[in-house]
Amino acid sequence: MDEPDIIREFLIESSENLAQLEQEIVQLEKDPKNPDLLGSIFRTIHTVKGTGGMLAFSGIERVAHLCENLLSQLRNGLIELTPALVSIVLESVDAIKAELSAIEATGAERGTSPDDLLARLKAVNEAKGKAPFASAPPPATKSGPTAKDPDTSGSTARTVSDSSIRVDVSLLDRLMNLVGELVLARNQIIQFGALREDSALHASAQRLDLITTELQGGVTKTRMQPIGVVWDKFPRLVRDLAAASGKSIQIEMDGADTELDKTIIESIKDPLTHLIRNSCDHGIEMPADRTKAGKRAQGTISLRGYHEGGQVNIEIHDDGAGISPQRLKEKALQKGLLRSEQAERMSERELLDLIFLPGFSTADKVTNISGRGVGMDVVKTNIERIGGTVDLLSQTGQGTTFKLKIPLTLAIIPGLVVTSGIERFVIPQVSLVELIALQGETGRSLIESVHGTPMYRRRGKLLPLVYLNHVLGTGECDTPAESISIVVLQAEDRQFGLVVDRINDTQEIVVKPLGKHLKGLNCYAGACIMGDGSVALILDVTGVAQRASVISEDRTRGREKIAEAVAGPREEKHSFLLFAGPDGSRMAVPLDLVARLEELPSAQMEKSGTQWVAQYRGGILPIVHLRQALQERRVKKRSEAMPPDHAAGTTLQVVVCTHEGRQVGLLVEQILDIVEESAELRYPASREGILYSAVINGKVTELVDVAAVLRMGKVKFSHQIQPAEDRAQVAH
Amino acid sequence: MATPKQFCSFYLDKLLFGVDLGRVQEVIRSLNMTRVPLASDVVSGLINLRGQIVTAVDLRRRLQLELRSSTVLPMNVVVRSVDGVVSLLVDEIGDVIEVDDGTFEGPPETLRGSVRSMILGVHKLDKKLMHVLDTDKACESLEKTDSQ
Repeated sequence: MDEPDIIREFLIESSENLAQLEQEIVQLEKDPKNPDLLGSIFRTIHTVKGTGGMLAFSGIERVAHLCENLLSQLRNGLIELTPALVSIVLESVDAIKAELSAIEATGAERGTSPDDLLARLKAVNEAKGKAPFASAPPPATKSGPTAKDPDTSGSTARTVSDSSIRVDVSLLDRLMNLVGELVLARNQIIQFGALREDSALHASAQRLDLITTELQGGVTKTRMQPIGVVWDKFPRLVRDLAAASGKSIQIEMDGADTELDKTIIESIKDPLTHLIRNSCDHGIEMPADRTKAGKRAQGTISLRGYHEGGQVNIEIHDDGAGISPQRLKEKALQKGLLRSEQAERMSERELLDLIFLPGFSTADKVTNISGRGVGMDVVKTNIERIGGTVDLLSQTGQGTTFKLKIPLTLAIIPGLVVTSGIERFVIPQVSLVELIALQGETGRSLIESVHGTPMYRRRGKLLPLVYLNHVLGTGECDTPAESISIVVLQAEDRQFGLVVDRINDTQEIVVKPLGKHLKGLNCYAGACIMGDGSVALILDVTGVAQRASVISEDRTRGREKIAEAVAGPREEKHSFLLFAGPDGSRMAVPLDLVARLEELPSAQMEKSGTQWVAQYRGGILPIVHLRQALQERRVKKRSEAMPPDHAAGTTLQVVVCTHEGRQVGLLVEQILDIVEESAELRYPASREGILYSAVINGKVTELVDVAAVLRMGKVKFSHQIQPAEDRAQVAH
Repeated sequence: MATPKQFCSFYLDKLLFGVDLGRVQEVIRSLNMTRVPLASDVVSGLINLRGQIVTAVDLRRRLQLELRSSTVLPMNVVVRSVDGVVSLLVDEIGDVIEVDDGTFEGPPETLRGSVRSMILGVHKLDKKLMHVLDTDKACESLEKTDSQ
């Protein structure tokens, strides 16, 4: 068990408390009737007794216990406060202090019990105030308990309580802010100095730079706490959980001294606890099962913390049964979170990630420890909120590892400075995946379009592009850059490319909150002050992605989209009807939805109310003009007339689809081909009317969602067709 | 009972306004401002006030007055509101005016809706009327004006 920090805290706290107690008891002697003082003294001794007992320092506990009894009698008025009583209390305090020093020096109590003191304390207790106190021997003559421990009295080394002070966190926050300002002032000076040929200025600037950097490091360190602060309670937690579930589990901790910012420590406490609970409850098997599987009956959970690349990694590993992707799949199917055909084509990794879906639990039954299906998604959300990530590795039968990557501190973050229009923005480095520069005309041609939505084919996968100036409405840059700069970002589970006018550089920035007035804008995570003193906004990558509809705003819809995204690809090949959609883009519908392909003379198109219809095989066929249905959302105004190129005399190509037992005609620009494709490269569409985009026949093709298109084209079967039929008959 | 009150006065479109002097942190000249795309147009931008980032509110827009011509650089009246420190952009800064309750009158019934909530009333000065601005109301809920 790794608990030096608890002991350290106990030492500091007890020393402070005892020092206060000494003062108070001396005051009490002058003012014996003061109940507040007595109460405070009583509480202090009680705390020391409690903590000492908890940490199994029996010597301290015994002395404090007797002392407490004494004080309790004093409080209840059973005995009078006499100088002798004060002395014996002080003597007890000394004894406790001596033990504390011994613990600090050697890690253990002295081992010699102050029998004489204990005896006298007992005697006083039993006397119940009847025996005169004067009979107690004067403390000064006592040697044992009050004798200074030779190990510490002679040493000049500062004790723990001397070398540390308690500081209000808000003061540290202020210092942190000021250091942040100093960093900015330093940046300004350096920029300023770079413009001048002044060696003295350069030298000073350099010194300032060094000192500031060191100061920044120092102040940042004051807010750092070892991660052990959180871990310390885990051995107990694991022990209790193991006892409750009849398992045998040991916990190993490595790197408990890895330091993190206090605010981050606070915010990872709950997620970590949850993960540990999960490991105990779901991960580690019952001893009998473990033996059967050829493992040691005792399970092991190991925690590992270490720094890596400016981040802290925390790994929680259990050597339990691991998570079976197969079982996850079954559970997901059972709960209706996944359709069977989707599940079939998911990779093991994707299946493992299912446990991060809201409402997912693999526990066969809900225990009081875990398994209620809330949790893993919350863990993920909480970790992501502080800019961290959660990864899950699992091997069936071997165990599960959760890997958390956590930023060191929240206040100062590295950011990428980009320009869009005339404004500068900062993108937090944690969201950054890669930078792409597309040079010149050839570069421009690499950007493909899926029905007007720009896409970039990055290593064979479609990456949706979002233009920052469109999202924010900041207008175009005055001088179009030579190349197109794409910042590939990770927003939740999606990646997208943010097209900016220019990528400047990376900087350490101090994040400042925005005023209440701008809280409603989820595109910004805050603001910061740049080297030149101007303010730049920090982009909230998730917010930008939401605004550009790369990811949907609400989590349940997000889940559906994930499901949809994984739903698409199937192993077997499928037949698609390819046709040219609006703007010459390529679109497709699954062939099994298509009833017939027709060429209808445009004269046959008639209007019934707001609905275009055609007489078809003795009935009325509602016609949806794909261009109108899909463009409606992009071009706000909806044109009621058929487009001019469908003027009288031409024939129109109509795909007759069956939808919910009814037939409907999709009016397309041109029917191209029928192909059989597995369509493996897919990207979920970000807008209505399209199921997903895929590469079919080597070209980016959008798959039309017939049901959605009908909804968007406002096709109703029952009410609108009847009158239409009447009118058609009149026309005959 | 005449209790004197002090107001920091300023001009907006030739109208005299006053805010409670106790709420004014400082008055500064025009500063470089960073625009906030997508924010309500009442928010002119963000300014760097000695390391603190402060939202600047265009008071002309807020009070639905005619817009300031771009050649005039506004002054910043930095006030403490319940929503934190906010900089109010005004045309020109006036004197500190001391008045007592005797010259105060509530807003007239004919004053229009949203502006009415921001103007507590007027103090009748010798030659002018000084509009008393409700600092918190003037600074609050800027999103609401989005739709206007």
